[in-house]
Amino acid sequence: MTDWAALDHLLRTDPLDAGCGRAMELLDVYAELLRQDGDVARARYPQVAAHVRACGPCAEDLEGLLQAMEQTN
Amino acid sequence: MATPEIRSIGSVTYRGPGGADERAGPDIDQMDADTAYWLRSLTASGRERDTALVRLHALLLRIARSEARRRSPQFGVTGPELDDLAHQAAADALLAITTKLGQFRGDSRFTTWAYKFVVFEVGAKINRHHWQRPGVAMDGQAWERLPARFGMQPEAQLDWRDLVAGVRQAVEQELTERQRRVFVAIMVGGMPLDVLAAQIGANRNAVYKTMFDARRKIRAALVADGLIKESTSDQTWGRAT
Repeated sequence: MTDWAALDHLLRTDPLDAGCGRAMELLDVYAELLRQDGDVARARYPQVAAHVRACGPCAEDLEGLLQAMEQTN
Repeated sequence: MATPEIRSIGSVTYRGPGGADERAGPDIDQMDADTAYWLRSLTASGRERDTALVRLHALLLRIARSEARRRSPQFGVTGPELDDLAHQAAADALLAITTKLGQFRGDSRFTTWAYKFVVFEVGAKINRHHWQRPGVAMDGQAWERLPARFGMQPEAQLDWRDLVAGVRQAVEQELTERQRRVFVAIMVGGMPLDVLAAQIGANRNAVYKTMFDARRKIRAALVADGLIKESTSDQTWGRAT
């Protein structure tokens, strides 16, 4: 992503966005589904998918959780 | 017939073999063996529970260390300080997990649910204790740095000057005081959302919602002013024609 596209990405809002609270609540369930099948995860939890696309801190937490699962499974 | 073994964790009842409590939450027998082990042992008493707590802490510490290392390049924290942070995160996560065990519904493996807490703790601690930058002022210099933060090229200077001026005007005219403070700190100052949340005594969700509303208002103002196009994909910046 370059120049204006990055700023555009940050200004855009998705009405489906679940917000941090709901996304954090479902992050473990979403992460497990994501490892099995990303398309299914995004289809089943579109609000969480929309949120982690827009929220840096929650996306970072999701990445950390996925790596933790990878290490111990 | 054996007497069903029933364990209560908070408001949730876990059924042992032969249990038939239809009111209860997750059925421990329907869970994977690892999850069932953790739930049985953490709700036991005496040595069984103590042993499980020690094992869980060791697991959390392992995850905390790797997560702290993964995030450390962004913050420049290394060595004993990073390890200390991992220890604190593991201890706090263990406390959160034991306190909230009754909220575990069995929708994921127990370990995935538990790792979530330690990942949250590491992120929060790194953000709050190690983000060391001066306070964000809403001044001209901060705004001048905005294009550079997004990697904008000098040859696009004229375009981005118009747009930055438009964003700044929208911030000043369209946002509430709280929205303005949050937007400027995060978007202009580059402050992590969690750091700002800690500074203003709010949670991540509240700050995100404030930022969400600010983004929506600013984008709408830029579209209304013809500075950006409304299209939902392949958005191009610059004055719309």
